[in-house]
Amino acid sequence: MKSQLKQITRSSKFMTGFILIFVIVAFILIYPLFNPGNPLEMIGLGTFFRPGTYVSVYDSLNVQRTYTLRLPEAAANRIDGKLSYDDRESMRDWLIRYGEQEGVAGLTYEEIDTYDVHALLALWWEHYTTDVFIEGMITADRRLVARIDSRVERIFEDSDIILMMYNYETGEYEEFGVVTATDYVNIREVANTIWLPLGTDNFGRDVLKQLVSATGASLIMGLIAGVIATIIGLTFGLLSGYLGGIVDDILMFIFNLFTVIPGFILLVLISFAIGQEQRGMLTVAIVIGVTSWVWTARSVRSQVMSLRNRDHVNLSKLSGHSLPKILVRDVAPYIASYVVMAFILQVSTAILAEAALSMIGLGPMTTEQATLGLMMNWAMNFGAHLIGAWWAYIPVVLVIATVSFALNLMNTGLDQIFNPQLREG
Amino acid sequence: MSEQNTTIDQLNDQPNEQPNDNEQPGEQKSFVKRTISHGFFKFFVRRLFWLVITLFAAVSLNFFLPRLMPGDPISTLIARLAAGTDAELIRRTIEHFYYQFGLYQPVYVQFFTYIGNVIQGDLGQSFSQFPRPVSDIILSSLPYTLALMIPAIFVGWILGNVLGAVAAYVRKGFDKIMLPISLFITGIPAFGMAIILLTVFAVNLSWFPAGGAYPVVMIPSWSWSFFMGLLQHYHLPFWSMVLLAIGGQAIGMRSMSIYELNADYVKYSRYMGIKDRKIVGYVFRNAMLPQVTGLALQIGTFLSGALFVEIVFSYPGLGTTLMSAVSQNDYPLLSGLTLFIIIMVLVMVFLLDIFYAIIDPRVKASLVE
Repeated sequence: MKSQLKQITRSSKFMTGFILIFVIVAFILIYPLFNPGNPLEMIGLGTFFRPGTYVSVYDSLNVQRTYTLRLPEAAANRIDGKLSYDDRESMRDWLIRYGEQEGVAGLTYEEIDTYDVHALLALWWEHYTTDVFIEGMITADRRLVARIDSRVERIFEDSDIILMMYNYETGEYEEFGVVTATDYVNIREVANTIWLPLGTDNFGRDVLKQLVSATGASLIMGLIAGVIATIIGLTFGLLSGYLGGIVDDILMFIFNLFTVIPGFILLVLISFAIGQEQRGMLTVAIVIGVTSWVWTARSVRSQVMSLRNRDHVNLSKLSGHSLPKILVRDVAPYIASYVVMAFILQVSTAILAEAALSMIGLGPMTTEQATLGLMMNWAMNFGAHLIGAWWAYIPVVLVIATVSFALNLMNTGLDQIFNPQLREG
Repeated sequence: MSEQNTTIDQLNDQPNEQPNDNEQPGEQKSFVKRTISHGFFKFFVRRLFWLVITLFAAVSLNFFLPRLMPGDPISTLIARLAAGTDAELIRRTIEHFYYQFGLYQPVYVQFFTYIGNVIQGDLGQSFSQFPRPVSDIILSSLPYTLALMIPAIFVGWILGNVLGAVAAYVRKGFDKIMLPISLFITGIPAFGMAIILLTVFAVNLSWFPAGGAYPVVMIPSWSWSFFMGLLQHYHLPFWSMVLLAIGGQAIGMRSMSIYELNADYVKYSRYMGIKDRKIVGYVFRNAMLPQVTGLALQIGTFLSGALFVEIVFSYPGLGTTLMSAVSQNDYPLLSGLTLFIIIMVLVMVFLLDIFYAIIDPRVKASLVE
């Protein structure tokens, strides 16, 4: 036992997987300490805010102190901020399509460089006109171009902004400050800022916070399902392998049946039949466990078959020990390593099964707790993948893949320890 | 491993030994052939019998599992469909359905009616696309799933096996990189792979369209432009499936090949001075056979993978139909789909079993005895 443990710690694959899982679990436990609160709180009014730091505009105007900084790149950056790349592409499209006016020649794609803002603006001022009504242009496009044009008008003006405040006593606006182009605030002095490393989701919830709690929930569901599947598989495998005869025939028939019938389809069938109201997290975990035991049963059975006629087992039989006692004391210790390996795989497949079930809308029905699958489902339903809101689903996929990768690595590592032929070198 | 080798040897030796009995070699050959085909026929019948039993079990599971669940299906159904209408109306609707669905009959009568209907291909009518028959909906989406799944399995199987064999043969550096990558890829669920490809190649790079089976503006027809449109939409779902298949196959092939490379015949061939490339050929052939069985066991996983890839790309196959059946609470459609998918997998496994028996000399040898 001791030497086996030593071997396990020496297996680089097992240890890599183990450390990965350890880090994930540690993160799940520690993160809420630094960022407490309900992970499903809808903080953002709006869908899919980009990742980044959000600074309160109101508070940054009301800070104690502003600083004057003269940054050489400031003006150029400001143009980027005022005129995004999409805006510049819209300008180019307009210039190519409608740029040909009276007395002004048309433009080709090559003539317009969207990276050179000055040249682009020069062309724009030369060609753009609102006098001519362009046929076939939809109103939305016309308004978009007009908006861009009004922004272009003021692009080089770094004029001061005057801050006014409404005075309730006099009913008038009173000036309380002036913001110039060189004014800066220190972000530490702004009362309200929030760092959203993964932005927000469709309901305006912090994705990272939700992801951490969802990973925890999915791991727990995976463990429950894995334990159930292992217990069922172990019992059936032990009985079938040890008893042999008619019991083995019947159980083997059931094993073969469940091997060819895809477990996932059974899962869908049962989950749908249970109905939305009864489908809690525990129920889903149990259903996953009940439909995925067959591989454990098969591998346990084949191991037990080879143990059945060992001397110590026969001795135990002759001594009149009861069946459960023989199974637990004389057979089980020899297959422990296989059971552990099968259990690890069960947890990994259960996590994937939960995610898959939730994807098609058959996951746990809950509003209090996110799971990895539910996060995927929400992101898909709100079309995150079509509008480029990668932060709502790519991290979820990566977490699922990493957890499952780590568990598979642990399994492969163990396999190499117990099956020396697979060892490298 | 050595045991299997002797069976191969026996098979090879048989025609050589027999001529001692003063028989014509030609006659002998036809005798072996006849026994093989007879044995094969028996094998075929046995597998067919097993197929029928599993089909029956699948139909029973599909019938009984939902009925084992707590709650009365009709009242749940009506509650979902008719929420908000007055109680008397709901009661009468329930009664109506109770008689129409024959729920007053004993369960075994219902079960035999069900089996009879399934055999006739009648899976009921869909709720969401009423009165379209479920079988019609399934058959119209089936070609897309098959077109996606079967070529992807072939390509993925071949690529995965080659990679796995090379990893086992080279070991060292290539294997060190290959194995973790394969493990990581098998860790990515099917929808995850699909969605990553979608994000990168359809949304960010705009190389391929993001969804559907053909351009929205086109009407299905036998024209070249329509075919090109189909192909353009086919790429991403196809490659997601292939990538998924490669990962799993490569890992299996790697372990199989490592076992084979340690076998005695490999060492013997090496001492004989046979070229490495030729040995790799032998190893590949021997390790490949179990991979065919592995494929039979993985068909179910592949199929559910295909369903999710379809969902992500809104490819109009069985997966997308399944998803819409779930979201629209279309019980007849869902139940018909699950049954159909199970039957499809069973038939595919059956065909692979037969195929395996044809290509594996060891199975053939066991059939002669």
